[in-house]
Amino acid sequence: MEHTSVAERIVRGVLIALVVIFFLFPILWIFLMSFQTNEEILRIPPSPFFTPTLANYSALITGKLTTVSGTLDIAFMRNLWNSVLLSTASVAVALILGVPAAYAFARYKFRLGEDIAFTLLSFRFAPPLLVLLPLTLYFQRLGLTDTYVGLIWVYQLIALPLILWIVRGYFEDISPDIEYAYRVAGHSWWRTFIRIAIPLAGPGIAAAGLLAFIFCWNNFVFALILASAAKQPVTVGALAFVTASGIQYGQIAAAIVLSVAPTLALALYAQRYLVEGLSLGAVKG
Amino acid sequence: MSKLELQAVSKAFKAGKVLDRISLALEEGEIVAVFGHSGSGKTLLLRLIAGVEQPDEGRILLGGRDVTDDAPETRGVGMAFQNFALFPHMSAFDNVASALTARNAPGDVIRAKVEKVAALLKIGHVLGHAPRELSNGQKQRTALARALVAEPQILLLDDPLRNVDAKLRYEMRLELPSLLKASGSAVLYVTQDYKEAMALGDRIAVLSDREFTQIAKPAEIYGKPATISVASLFGDPTINLIPVAPLASPGETKIGVGGASVSLPPGFARLAGKSCVLGLRAEHIAVEDKASPDSFPVEVVAVTPLNEKTLLLLRTGDGREILASEAGTSEAPRRHGPAFARFDPRTVLLFDSDSGRRIAPQAA
Repeated sequence: MEHTSVAERIVRGVLIALVVIFFLFPILWIFLMSFQTNEEILRIPPSPFFTPTLANYSALITGKLTTVSGTLDIAFMRNLWNSVLLSTASVAVALILGVPAAYAFARYKFRLGEDIAFTLLSFRFAPPLLVLLPLTLYFQRLGLTDTYVGLIWVYQLIALPLILWIVRGYFEDISPDIEYAYRVAGHSWWRTFIRIAIPLAGPGIAAAGLLAFIFCWNNFVFALILASAAKQPVTVGALAFVTASGIQYGQIAAAIVLSVAPTLALALYAQRYLVEGLSLGAVKG
Repeated sequence: MSKLELQAVSKAFKAGKVLDRISLALEEGEIVAVFGHSGSGKTLLLRLIAGVEQPDEGRILLGGRDVTDDAPETRGVGMAFQNFALFPHMSAFDNVASALTARNAPGDVIRAKVEKVAALLKIGHVLGHAPRELSNGQKQRTALARALVAEPQILLLDDPLRNVDAKLRYEMRLELPSLLKASGSAVLYVTQDYKEAMALGDRIAVLSDREFTQIAKPAEIYGKPATISVASLFGDPTINLIPVAPLASPGETKIGVGGASVSLPPGFARLAGKSCVLGLRAEHIAVEDKASPDSFPVEVVAVTPLNEKTLLLLRTGDGREILASEAGTSEAPRRHGPAFARFDPRTVLLFDSDSGRRIAPQAA
């Protein structure tokens, strides 16, 4: 790769720039929009030059949305907090349940094992609307509508299959001999699981956890139907910006920036765990 | 009391039976080399003893205690895996120490023991490295150190020299016996290399066709192989196998080889008329320029000098090719062409051609 000509490097640079612009331009435009007033956003032709304002952010943080027809209360910060709570708790529950299950599916052959694993995966095939109606009825009967517990439970439909199937693959890639060697050395099954299997599947668990977090974060329809304003995440809360006096594009943009920030930070942080190839040199290849 | 005892152990997988009623006993400090082709169940045997696999039938006793149903961590054996199976996320030190941390030894004791065994195996300078930073030889030694460090009663070594280069393998073959003897453990050493089995084993257990065909001292395996297959597995060049039909003549039993009639030593009279296979080691065939009463004419077809011996490919009068070897490289190298071959009838091995089993001479 060192023998690239100048022309080649230029072409490659241009192509990379095109791809980056294609994918990042909408995000950049939204970022710029979040510092503009509704009037500036809606002017024709659009222009990247404007006087930046923090009004959108302050409206979100104070919870006072000022429109031509008066001041509205919005619960954006509460929604953001709900998103963090729901996603984190759902992923935590899914990891606690899914990682040992993934290990069982990877290491042990048991009756109906494959069927159970496939059934769990099939939750991802079915459109959420299919299960929502019966689920709403059950939840009303059980008193789980508009509770965090109920939502976290439903979110397992999203997070658990993802974690189960990704982590299972990572466990299967660990040579069983490595685990046997640790047990023959005198360690119990549980210690072997904690000290050998989990660290070696670490990158996979991190990747699956991150993906599950993003999917939970982006979920819309479960929370829309099963929760009221006080328990709703940002995805549902964003509906509040469609007001009687018009759509508040500036606040929507600011809300998007704020709601993307946690997942982006998490992805950047988890990146180094994802690329770490721990298994290298474990056994003779 | 035996350190390790296998009592009629069987194990089958979907593809069929791999081990069929295997029995073996190891005494304290004894090294038994388990020799067999790949796929003969050698590794499975070690895994059964370590507790990683469960036998279908039979009992496994360690130091007189029945451990057949015990978990691997309670058996107290040391095992070196063929693929090393080092823990990739731990340093070489922690890899070796893992056998001690399980036994709740204090930190300074662990350090002292690990450093002692590391010095013995010459890996003291790489203890801080991760497995991926080690050469194959160092990985192999680390795996061996991990098996040795807790001074187990039973040491299971699964072809530990398989994945290392030829030079290191040769060195280790010289070092291992004293190292293993010093450990005082009873050792079960699996290998596919007959020279390794001969060099390391106090006894050799030959595993083929789902069972031990012979368990004996190396010299006995070589000199009195139980079957044709054992005879041909041990020895370089491979033993000459010639079909013969012994004939009774007054006072003795004779066989015809290459046109010569050779008298068998006493004790084979009952073989007259049966079809047998004659096993003749290359080094027991003498090649001469002049005919003698019990020699037979051959043609020297190929001469291969190997430093310590010369290998000769001979063609007998009836068109059969046999291998002979002469000690040393003679000053006047042997030429291709006619010659005479002779062997001492006392060195011959006779096998039943149906069962493949060796026929021992009957006491007079």
